Amino acid sequence: MAHKMAEHIVTKKQYAYVFGILMVLTVATTAIGMIDLGRLNVVVALVIATIKAMLVVLFFMHIYWSNRLNKLAIVSGVAWLVLLLWLTLADFATRGWLPFAGK
Amino acid sequence: MANHTLALRHQFDNVDQQKEASSFGMWLFLATEILFFGGMFCCYTIYRSAYPVAFGIASNHLGLMLGAVSTVILICSSFTMACGVTSAATGQRKALVTFLSLTILFAVAFLAIEMWEWHMLYEEGLMPGFNFTYKEIDPSHVQLFFCLYFSMTGLHASHVTIGIVLLAVMAFRAYGGAFSPQYYTPIELSGLYWHFVDLVWIFLFPLYYLIARHLAHGS
Repeated sequence: MAHKMAEHIVTKKQYAYVFGILMVLTVATTAIGMIDLGRLNVVVALVIATIKAMLVVLFFMHIYWSNRLNKLAIVSGVAWLVLLLWLTLADFATRGWLPFAGK
Repeated sequence: MANHTLALRHQFDNVDQQKEASSFGMWLFLATEILFFGGMFCCYTIYRSAYPVAFGIASNHLGLMLGAVSTVILICSSFTMACGVTSAATGQRKALVTFLSLTILFAVAFLAIEMWEWHMLYEEGLMPGFNFTYKEIDPSHVQLFFCLYFSMTGLHASHVTIGIVLLAVMAFRAYGGAFSPQYYTPIELSGLYWHFVDLVWIFLFPLYYLIARHLAHGS
């Protein structure tokens, strides 16, 4: 099984489909960026960016066909990033909630 | 023939295990790269939420079309890189050299656009430390935005530059026939690095160029 995965070759046609979707998403995110959606603008832009990133990681970077060890490496990278953002932002967002002198 | 590169190092059981170890090593390096850029993204997020108005104004000084075209160019380069890996895996030496060269060409075009943008910001007096003359709304926080913009795009551009050198070496080796369907690990790993560079830009583009654009264009 591991042998088969290591040898997986993606065809150029398959890459072309992924490339097409990435292009459509880039045009879409640029166009949507100019429409006023209020706070949703940030959400839409980041959701589209995340979808694009996942397409690149899964198909261009072969994670879709990769072994579990490689999947674990990228998941742990992202997990630590989430931890970094989450804990730091939790600190900044909650400063000033309690009436300490000098906060 | 460069069969010596195929040689199985004594610490591995077989060629597949050797390949897997190489790609796992690359993925570990990329995980550290995620956190390397992650710290800066975290810094950006904090300051953007603290000074949304200044960041919105500053963001609209960037050229939206330049950012969008850069994104398209980098995605093209990722596509040609991916095709290069397939060419290597199927033993098409000429196609591999062509795809690597195309990738380098797109990378150079990307850098040229970025340097043009930097030059325009310098001329406008928006480059902190060199020429910062902006005196309108909230100049100190607009300056903060541009400090972050130049550090993050600068760090990204340095990765692009390293990528160009790396791919040039790979193209040169591929031209000399160093790779075969049995051995093309360096091409595969260079590809992973290059896609990572693309990934970072996929997030830099919306964060810097897009998310305050509706303030200037919206109804």
